[in-house]
Amino acid sequence: MKPITYPLAALGRATLGFLAMVGRVSIFAGQSLSHIIRPPFYPREFLNALLHIGYFSLPVVGLTAFFTGAALALQIYSGGQRFSAEAVVPQIVAIGMVRELGPVLVGLMIAARVTSSIAAEVATMKVTEQIDALVTLSTHPMKYLTAPRVLAAILVVPALVGIGDIIGIMGGYIVGTKQLGFAPGAYLTNTWNFLETADIVSSLVKGAVFGFIAAVMGCYHGMNSGRGAQGVGRATKTSVEAAAVLILAANFLLTSFFFAT
Amino acid sequence: MIELTNVHKGFGPKQVLAGVNLTIPRGESMVVIGGSGTGKSVLLKCILGLMMQDSGTITLDGEDTSQVERDAFLARFGMLFQGGALFDSLSVWQNVAFRLLRGSLARPKTEAREIAIEKLRRVGLTPDVADLYPAELSGGMQKRVGLARAIAAEPEIIFFDEPTTGLDPIMSGVINDLIREIVVEMGATAMTITHDMSSVRVIADKVAMLHAGKVQWTGAVGDMDNSGDPYVTQFISGSAEGPIEAVR
Repeated sequence: MKPITYPLAALGRATLGFLAMVGRVSIFAGQSLSHIIRPPFYPREFLNALLHIGYFSLPVVGLTAFFTGAALALQIYSGGQRFSAEAVVPQIVAIGMVRELGPVLVGLMIAARVTSSIAAEVATMKVTEQIDALVTLSTHPMKYLTAPRVLAAILVVPALVGIGDIIGIMGGYIVGTKQLGFAPGAYLTNTWNFLETADIVSSLVKGAVFGFIAAVMGCYHGMNSGRGAQGVGRATKTSVEAAAVLILAANFLLTSFFFAT
Repeated sequence: MIELTNVHKGFGPKQVLAGVNLTIPRGESMVVIGGSGTGKSVLLKCILGLMMQDSGTITLDGEDTSQVERDAFLARFGMLFQGGALFDSLSVWQNVAFRLLRGSLARPKTEAREIAIEKLRRVGLTPDVADLYPAELSGGMQKRVGLARAIAAEPEIIFFDEPTTGLDPIMSGVINDLIREIVVEMGATAMTITHDMSSVRVIADKVAMLHAGKVQWTGAVGDMDNSGDPYVTQFISGSAEGPIEAVR
């Protein structure tokens, strides 16, 4: 091979490697979904995952949403003043939180908190032969480890997004009424009247998709981790990176699907 | 009876198993010895189907293990892993009774717990250990819990992967004696991989020496010291001089 073709060969190898990984992740995601609907089921594992992904994520989701909503109200107010549109704070906070910031920030927080923890736990199980032990105990690792986590994430992340949306709007409400001089009743009425069903549906659908991505990435990278502490560390880091990028990409596609008309 | 015929397994350019032929008769305790990195664990994982061999056949009672129904096949096995491989998120008794709480062997929780406590007693652990978590146990206790889990469903075949690694000589002796007692008591077929010669002498009926991806020598444990095989002699004596390279 001539040296001039080296960059092309490297590009080809990288492309093939990327496509192979996309294929592997897609097959893994499909298998995860198929194991959710086929017995045996592990309700205890599902409830644990529900608690871990949902309940224990509430503080970080709530704080993130609150401060984002509050900052958003200040930004819209100061930006709106430039063209005398400061009165639209309640409407823009509501639409901004529900359509975009609520789902994306909750998705990213879940990627940081849940994807990393799933990847580290599953990777450690792999490194310490616990996954091999599951197999020898006649238990399918995808059914026992992946399916309950993925199902729990699909169900509970939309709820977290809904809660995040409400807390974010409340953050805007507190800043709007305490600092910017909005009347409390009018603020809430404007918020409620401005939101449409499609806004809320898109928010919850995004939550389900982001939850699916976060859990699948954690499980996939955990199950395919390398050896030793370095392998666990790499699996954890890669899972969070992949989940965050995929969540943002999926957000663009879903926003296009719901609103680009 | 487990029979391996011309089993090959490689990882990239490295050929770990290069034509392994081995027979483990029903009810016998076979110990596979060999240096680190000679493919002992890979051999064991190929038999269990945790890895697929590249070529060759593995049969259990005449049936090709790649063709059998997996759940029924695995239900015949118990396995003690090198590091115990206990599930961190489950208590000791739930680890021991894992198989008895799910799947085809499932039974009521109270019954499963009773069996787990009885198995813990069998390996010398008191019932108050049952509600602890694996992280709260010493290495020797974790091995015993792993052993209790391996025998909980009374399997016909038990595999032991480096059962004494990381244990002090006294605890190693205790584990070796336990394994021997349990295998005899249950009439199980056993396969142990180890490079601990004290384990070999206690546990084995037969010994197979694995080197360079092949079974170099096999015979009764009593014949091992006078095998006349230079590989076995060097391995037993732990000498740096001989056909096995000290630096691998």
